[in-house]
Amino acid sequence: MTAKKFWSWLAVFVAAFYFIVPLLATLEFSMRMRRGTYSFDAYRSVFADDRFASTFSYSVVMALITIVVGALLIVPTAYWVRLRMPYLRPVVEFVTLLPLVVPAIVIIFGYLRLYNSSSWLPLTNTDMGANALLVFGFMTMSLPYMYRAVDTAMRTIDVAVLTEAAESLGASWPTILFRCIFPNVLTGVLSGAFITFAIAVGEFTMPSLLNRPAFGPYLALIGANKAYEPPALAMIAFAMTWVSIILINITTRLQKGAAGAR
Amino acid sequence: MSYLELSHVQKSFGIVKVVHDFNMSINEGEFVSFLGPSGCGKTTVLRMIAGFESVTGGTITIGGVNQNGLKPNKRNIGMVFQAYALFPNMTVAENVAFGLKVAGTSKAEIEDRVKEMLDLISLGHLADRYPYQMSGGQQQRVALARALANKPKVLLLDEPLSALDAKIRVSLREEIRLIQRKLGITTIFVTHDQEEALSISDRIVVMNAGIADQIGTPSDIYNRPATRFVAGFVGTLNILEAKVENREAATVRVAGRSINIPPANLNGAGDGAAITVALRPEALSLSKTPSSDVALDGRVTSVNFLGSVIRTRMDVEGQQVSFDMFNNPGLQPPQIGEIATAHFKASDVLVIPN
Repeated sequence: MTAKKFWSWLAVFVAAFYFIVPLLATLEFSMRMRRGTYSFDAYRSVFADDRFASTFSYSVVMALITIVVGALLIVPTAYWVRLRMPYLRPVVEFVTLLPLVVPAIVIIFGYLRLYNSSSWLPLTNTDMGANALLVFGFMTMSLPYMYRAVDTAMRTIDVAVLTEAAESLGASWPTILFRCIFPNVLTGVLSGAFITFAIAVGEFTMPSLLNRPAFGPYLALIGANKAYEPPALAMIAFAMTWVSIILINITTRLQKGAAGAR
Repeated sequence: MSYLELSHVQKSFGIVKVVHDFNMSINEGEFVSFLGPSGCGKTTVLRMIAGFESVTGGTITIGGVNQNGLKPNKRNIGMVFQAYALFPNMTVAENVAFGLKVAGTSKAEIEDRVKEMLDLISLGHLADRYPYQMSGGQQQRVALARALANKPKVLLLDEPLSALDAKIRVSLREEIRLIQRKLGITTIFVTHDQEEALSISDRIVVMNAGIADQIGTPSDIYNRPATRFVAGFVGTLNILEAKVENREAATVRVAGRSINIPPANLNGAGDGAAITVALRPEALSLSKTPSSDVALDGRVTSVNFLGSVIRTRMDVEGQQVSFDMFNNPGLQPPQIGEIATAHFKASDVLVIPN
């Protein structure tokens, strides 16, 4: 092994150590619920709690709605900016970056001021209204990631020429968008979708202040009151993240044409 | 009655006028090339025909129907792009079928038409491949098949060979012309490559700075250039400054020699007028033939071996003259620095309007 290779491998091992040791420690601690032996009691306890299933399924549904609505808003926006209004790109990029500097608590207080029970549009009066506000909040928070993922995917195809080719073949705008553009930026949409999923499932501030039965507040509650269940929940969340990454890979591989063209 | 009519077509982008009063009539089944340097407006005219750019002034009619204001997807015009523009998520067959599906054609009809088109470009065996699995030449043939599948009224080719290597370009341009003749489709081909335009066109439009400098057959364009720009852009040309010696006798003085040229070529220039004359490199030769009546002596300044021909450049009284000779392994080409005599026929002299 040459000296260069040795240092490369050393860097890999140090990085792996840095990431793996805390995970192993969390896993180890989550299995110590039963005294004197390792067990999955903490995991059993988490899965036995009805609130886990209800809050998790609620957050998943909210996340999926956020992804669909977000994709329907962002893909046409990114497409239109790239195709017809490139001069608006700096403005759109600035707007999509705003959620990174405006904290979630500021956004949600803004919502509560605008849509409270005594406002002209009292969305917080009903569950449906509050759910809608939560989806808008998630969409805003995921905007920087979703927009960039879609925009980067669009950069890999010649949007203008593909649009003109489709137009010359008689295609209308919806056909062009959903049959020629969308399938070719699906990888980007999926990357953005999984980040959105992670944000929506783990978010605490927004659902908490909107009083929604989401997974984030449940995690905080368990963390404050129990010892072994929080690390078990952290490991479950970690496993879900890995499943998401694997799903991205599988989808990318299945999308033969678009993936190969990159 | 012409099939495609461009009448006083103009295009401006803001205050910049890129196409000035463009007029042309194209017959059904004709193959016309727009030839010119980058930025001359040839692609803009093509895009106006396709509907991707609106006309600032004038009208475009196809088969007597005014196309102004008609959206690109309502014109039924096939277009092939320089960058192929195949949909990466679709196979070859799906790409060719795309326009037919959009038009609501029945499944059986689509299958037949796709097969017919792929057979036409001899790529039937690659129907299930994705664009990224094919070479540039194959992708461009698929793009051509896709553009033809809907039986368009006009076929527009926007520098379709520019991204291909030299050998593929030659074979594909011949294939394009063959298919065009077979289908009898009215075709406009945009290129900046003069050889391409000369070899496959029925007529050529040479464009310069948004104006059609000359419209004519390849032979007209090459042998009788209407402007100095056309003469310089199409083919290689020796430009020589000359003076009319005697208008009545149609003699001009070039490089210290008096030459008799056809009187009509003088374009009304009077005695003593300075004119520009031109000679194609192939009009000059080192050996004197019975018909050649003018000789130019000069010092050889460069000799370039181009394979089948040898291009020699010599200095004739301060003016540079190039001429071509066929490569003959048995004959020694001229050497740099030696004095050589090039011969030409006075009738080959072109007088370029200033």
